[in-house]
Amino acid sequence: MKILKTIARLTLALGFVAPIGGTAAAQQKVTLLNVSYDPTRELYKEINAAFAQEWKRRTGQDVEIKQSHGGSGAQARAVIDGLEADVVTLGLAYDIDEIAQRGKTLPADWQTKLPHNSTPFASTVAFVVRKGNPKGIKDWNDLIRPDVQVITANPKTSGGARWNYLGAWGYALQKNKGSEAAARDFVARLYKNVPVLDAGARGSTTTFVERGIGDVLIAWENEALLSVKQLGPDKFDIVIPSVSIRAEPPVAVNEVVAQKHGTSKVARAYLEFLYTDAAQAIAAKHYFRPTGPRSLAKYGDSFPKVPQFTIDQLFGGWAKAQKTHFADGGIFDQIYSTAGK
Amino acid sequence: MTPALPRRSATSARTTPRVRSVLPGVRLTLGFTLAYLLFLVIIPLSTLFVRTARLGWSGFLEAATSPRAIAAYKLSVGTSVTAAVVNGVFGLLVAWVLTRYRFTGKSIADALVDLPFALPTAVAGVALTTLYAQNGLIGALFAPHGIKIAFTPLGITVALTFIGLPFVVRSVQPVLETLPKEIEEVAATLGADRWQTFRRVILPALTPALVAGVSLSFARAIGEYGSVVFISGNMPGRTEIAPLLIMSKLEQYDYSGATAIAVVMLLLSAVILISAGLVQRRAARRAA
Repeated sequence: MKILKTIARLTLALGFVAPIGGTAAAQQKVTLLNVSYDPTRELYKEINAAFAQEWKRRTGQDVEIKQSHGGSGAQARAVIDGLEADVVTLGLAYDIDEIAQRGKTLPADWQTKLPHNSTPFASTVAFVVRKGNPKGIKDWNDLIRPDVQVITANPKTSGGARWNYLGAWGYALQKNKGSEAAARDFVARLYKNVPVLDAGARGSTTTFVERGIGDVLIAWENEALLSVKQLGPDKFDIVIPSVSIRAEPPVAVNEVVAQKHGTSKVARAYLEFLYTDAAQAIAAKHYFRPTGPRSLAKYGDSFPKVPQFTIDQLFGGWAKAQKTHFADGGIFDQIYSTAGK
Repeated sequence: MTPALPRRSATSARTTPRVRSVLPGVRLTLGFTLAYLLFLVIIPLSTLFVRTARLGWSGFLEAATSPRAIAAYKLSVGTSVTAAVVNGVFGLLVAWVLTRYRFTGKSIADALVDLPFALPTAVAGVALTTLYAQNGLIGALFAPHGIKIAFTPLGITVALTFIGLPFVVRSVQPVLETLPKEIEEVAATLGADRWQTFRRVILPALTPALVAGVSLSFARAIGEYGSVVFISGNMPGRTEIAPLLIMSKLEQYDYSGATAIAVVMLLLSAVILISAGLVQRRAARRAA
């Protein structure tokens, strides 16, 4: 079988060429790869510069932090499939749980390694309405009025939109003394008002802002503030509901990979840096709510006060919430299979 | 066109006189071709089947035949077929005009045809949605008549038609160019009217290329994700295309469920492409 032999030879040749790119280990400068989700690009750019300065001052070593951004779930899958992230900073704990479970590159108890559930800065779910709030939208229960069109992304494909859904659920749960049935009915009515389910949070912002569809956009507070600032303070207002969910985008060292790269120490220092006053100030500038008590005292006033529940309090953590609400055949699917008929 | 296969023993292959081919070494080129296909097509596609196999037969059936999946296949195949057929008709027209007539700006029009090839699909999706949404330039014309385009299956078809157009035009065009204008004149002198000439003389010669173009356009459409997600609205069971369902399964880390749907899509496309191939071959034989 001459042909087989030729194939084998060509394959071998390929094998020799491939490793050349990968081996050059940095001697002096250390490089970290931070795999993050979509709307943190500008935030980490600024934080990375600050950390590089701090690290240089502390150890005399240069550190370069490379960034990778995309949908939170897609980024987690990339890490599971072998993207060599030293640290992961994603939109929801569920995605990092999956890295721990499937990729086995970090321990299952990763979320206990850093303060505040490994969440250096948080956000909450808020509403963007058209200027002057013509529909008079004040709170979650206005979203189920028949005359209101709501824009939010599909929670099956968008991690960010899962927080929106859970925010609505939690509001209804608290309003109805913990009745699951009432919460389910509330959420079903809310999604009946959703004319377009974009695949990602950015898509629904475009639908609301550019296409002019809908009366209210459900969004993370930091993204709401950012898009209002960028797209026209004269066109939109932000409404903070009476109660909302605390959106926690957590961070973790991707330990096995960091060990292999010899970057465990600097990776850990990088994530700890996120909790310092300097980094918290940058986060606040990018509209994330700081978590450190000192930074809270300093920046707390620039964010409206809103009582927040956490996913652990109301839903028993992400694993459970994901299974009950967003898995195939879960409550979100049930809402749509009954709504379709 | 089948390449001469090398003989079993190397010595006899060397001694047998053969017609010299322009490209060197059948063994090298064929080996390269097979290796190339192996790494780019065969191994990745086999992984798909291996991953699905982990589900087991009942798991596969459950993932692949849920009502949502069925609705998604229907939508994906339906809109892709519609788009491919629309492209078949209008692509032929475009190719005809571009080869048979001379007009100013012809080379620009010709270049425009390739644009859907080159444009990032997400850009196409956003642009089309802007135009066809209710407040868009085109969507606003239809909205008063109660016709919604963006966020309906109609919108999906528009996007798929857009991305598939070049396939038909570029398949038909070269054949049309080699089809001498004289045969139309001959047909006319023999008493054929215009419709007969088109139906009996031109169309049979074009059919193989046309079928090839339409099936390529279909194949492109069935897997399209980037442009469609923007215009479809992604409502479960109504405007959710199969590739979106795959993405939503992946988002739950349900790799095997996602590949189950992918396998069904692959088989569906294979069946349609193979039957198109058969039609094409028969048409080619008849035309020859």
